[in-house]
Amino acid sequence: MTIGIVVFPGSNCDADTHHVLRDVLGQEARYVWHQETSLDGLDAVILPGGFSYGDYLRAGAIAATSPVMRALRGYARGGGPVLGICNGFQTLVEMRLLPGALLLNAAGEFRCQHVRVRVERTDTPFTCAMHEGDVLRMPIAHGEGRYYATDRELARLTLERQIAFRYCDAAGHVTLAANPNGAIDNIAGAASVSGTVLGLMPHPERASEAIVGSADGLRIFESLARWIAARPAREAVTPGRAGASGEGR
Amino acid sequence: MAVESPARSPERPLGALRPDEYAEVCRRLGRDPSPAELGMFGVMWSEHCAYKHSRAALRRLPTKGRGVLRGPGENAGAVDAGGGLAAVFKMESHNHPSAVAPFHGAATGVGGIIRDVLAMGARPVALLDSLRFGPLDEPAVAPLAHGVVAGIAAYGNSIGVPTVGGEVRGAPCYRANPLVNVACLGLAPADRLATSRAAGPGNAVLYLGARTGRDGMQGAAFASAELAGNPTDRSAVQMGDPFTGKLLIEATLEALGTGAVVAIQDMGAAGLTCALSEMSARGEVGMDVDLNLVPRREDGMTPEEVLLSESQERMLLVVRAGREDEVLRVARRWDLPAVVIGRVVAEPVLTVRDGERAIVCLDPRHLTNAPVYAPAGAPPAYLAEARRLDFAALPAHDPADALLALLRRPGTASARWIYRQYDHMIQTNTVVAPGADAAVLRLKDAPPRGLALAVDGNGRYCYLDPYIGGMLAVLEAAQNLACVGAAPAAVTDCLNFASPERPDVFWTFTQAVDGIARACEALEVPVVGGNVSFYNEAGEGIYPTPVVAMLGRMEDVRRHATPGWAADGDVIVVLGEGIPALDGSEYLEAVHGRIAGRLREPDLLAVARTIQCVREAVAEGFLASAHDCAEGGLAVALAECSAAARLGARVAVRGAGRADAALFGETIGRVVGSVRAARVPDLLNLARRLAVPVQVIGTVGGDRLVVAADDAPAGRPWLDVPVTALLQAWDSISEEP
Repeated sequence: MTIGIVVFPGSNCDADTHHVLRDVLGQEARYVWHQETSLDGLDAVILPGGFSYGDYLRAGAIAATSPVMRALRGYARGGGPVLGICNGFQTLVEMRLLPGALLLNAAGEFRCQHVRVRVERTDTPFTCAMHEGDVLRMPIAHGEGRYYATDRELARLTLERQIAFRYCDAAGHVTLAANPNGAIDNIAGAASVSGTVLGLMPHPERASEAIVGSADGLRIFESLARWIAARPAREAVTPGRAGASGEGR
Repeated sequence: MAVESPARSPERPLGALRPDEYAEVCRRLGRDPSPAELGMFGVMWSEHCAYKHSRAALRRLPTKGRGVLRGPGENAGAVDAGGGLAAVFKMESHNHPSAVAPFHGAATGVGGIIRDVLAMGARPVALLDSLRFGPLDEPAVAPLAHGVVAGIAAYGNSIGVPTVGGEVRGAPCYRANPLVNVACLGLAPADRLATSRAAGPGNAVLYLGARTGRDGMQGAAFASAELAGNPTDRSAVQMGDPFTGKLLIEATLEALGTGAVVAIQDMGAAGLTCALSEMSARGEVGMDVDLNLVPRREDGMTPEEVLLSESQERMLLVVRAGREDEVLRVARRWDLPAVVIGRVVAEPVLTVRDGERAIVCLDPRHLTNAPVYAPAGAPPAYLAEARRLDFAALPAHDPADALLALLRRPGTASARWIYRQYDHMIQTNTVVAPGADAAVLRLKDAPPRGLALAVDGNGRYCYLDPYIGGMLAVLEAAQNLACVGAAPAAVTDCLNFASPERPDVFWTFTQAVDGIARACEALEVPVVGGNVSFYNEAGEGIYPTPVVAMLGRMEDVRRHATPGWAADGDVIVVLGEGIPALDGSEYLEAVHGRIAGRLREPDLLAVARTIQCVREAVAEGFLASAHDCAEGGLAVALAECSAAARLGARVAVRGAGRADAALFGETIGRVVGSVRAARVPDLLNLARRLAVPVQVIGTVGGDRLVVAADDAPAGRPWLDVPVTALLQAWDSISEEP
């Protein structure tokens, strides 16, 4: 089982995600350089947080057009699990692999703080080890994380059960006070209709060990490991070895 | 080799040099300098680069000690962090640029200090910032303060280095001249620290990083003069690009990993000029470089502009001859310009060419050995008056009202409004986040070890007594480390003062350095690097403001404490024997509008014992929470512990005197903590062994903070305030719309 972590030049949560997968969870993980063109053999792909190409234009806008993202489009279409965290979520939205948009926070500023989210959907590779209504405590760290969808999109999101996580309080109540960025309907994470592509603004990799404040985020990676293990063996999974350009980080 | 050297003429401008300095340059060279050389002397002999007024005083700081791997003189200091790791750290100021262009000035301050740490071969893992602004409610101050914070956030967040702590204070003297001091910590394998010493004739001089533009022209010279509100000052401010900064971190570490790099330095203040001359001079070699090869961002730049530009995100490397390709390949992968611009030569001669034409040809040590000045100092005239304070004449004031007023002050209030804009969790090492006495980081590569960082400095104390104020900055930083459970390991400092050419300012500077040196010696903590920022004045001079950043070691990072009470029913104690006084206190300024009094010289041995006791009590798990009594005294400390925990407390304090002195008096060496009842005997035993007095003063619980005098237990308490009111006042700056 090998999970790929896509590395853009300005990714900065790639190593944190790698640490959790390999050192905390004991999974195989490899970095996928943004200029690679194939994702063959990977059991899942994670787009980590960061500022992919500096993001001076719009978060994730340029990343969405990179070579590895062309491969990702096919990978996602084929049902491969794809998780976008923070900037990764922004990129998935830019690519229209997920609906909606991520706007500047309501406060007009970057926000780094712990939040709680309620699990809204459990039939995805990233939430399958949870129960609906579970509350996870994880940090956010973003300037552009205010999820927005038009009325039509929102209706469809609800109908297709595409809302994956909602900001909530400790008791799991979805309240205005629990919403850190003004996201519509308190949406913290959204999924594709099938659930195999999922993006969220909070950082589960920063909440995967008690020593850094919370281990709730680990359940997302544990879900993924369980999902992969439960799936029928895939054809031709090549050993997880990075190309020369993928090493050394 | 000869360079064109215009005939001496009385009309010739001296660049940034004083007439006697120009004469000294001519004496050393045996001729007049060329225009390019004059430009280089101008920046290299600026106060900012040359430490002309500070070098003599700085020699008094203790720089050696157990665990010091690199002292002052390299790009940053380094100490042993345990587990085979070196902790590299340094602090620098970016005050003038931040005054003129708050966002970019502060942002590039972050970028600059990150590259200093990077140049040691260390991966930057944490930032802290120490900020001083004018009154935040003034219309001109608020946008400046917010701009600075946004600039630090934009750069630090994007480059992926967490800002894990810091401190902020306000006073009118910082209105037009804010202080923006940023410290950076990096980690490297202890046996693989890089050096800036150029070596090996024939080795390549390799330029790596962003292209050179016209930004930041003469920035070092600009930082070495008073702020005059000149509109062209803006061109002296550099523009930061954290994305390129991020690429530069990865490319630099990867390049160092090839083993082909002999020496490295960042191009910060004085840009290429500084890197060329310092690397050559430190290695006692020369270099021969061609400016035509330097990657440029704009056309038509003169050679002098290329030499003096302070464009950001650039490094200069010396690479083994024949292995240049290994580094160039790394640069290509990260899409960064990289060019061999020249070679190291054996003779200590720096030759800079513009194509065929040599425009600079001199011994680089002339550039790095600027004259040293130690003018006569004299105590400021204001001191005698300011130290007079008649307590009897101070009117009584409602303690609850005073407490809430103190909690709203920028220095005591929660700094959440600042740190929520900083990514303080990235790299997933942050164990104790901003808001505590010190930041705590785990060491992933050497578990369960950890490091802690605290930054401190009280300008008002130094205004009243720079010697004691200097001491207190060190002691308070050490005390803050103890409160999280860390032992002091090393200091880096930023010494912010007005013009050293004024005898009173120079006197306060030397006094403050003496105080820092004295306290560091007492605690046996070496000073491994730092920075001096003079000419901090715009109309009025700032308080003398030495800021101390201290690094601490922890054997087991899981054993730490934070200020908030841990649990209902815990016993509240005060460790240490300091006698609280209102002299120079926050209370006196906030409530009575007075900046006055005579500071008492601390008992260094007693404070050192208290620091050791607190650290051991936290590390042993006896103290469930710990917080030092700083500005606002015991009452503010108790309020902060309650606000952080959202838990009340009932406390009886030693009466015998005035309520204001007992509640709000300040002294070093006092720590408030809470203890599980069952662990009280352990704590008392430890304290007895270390001869540290402990008072049991109350109990955690309820939703109010109640403080009474212990000699009048039945009387009306001095303070009885709901925790919600404390919290509201304490968090007031963050909650403003």
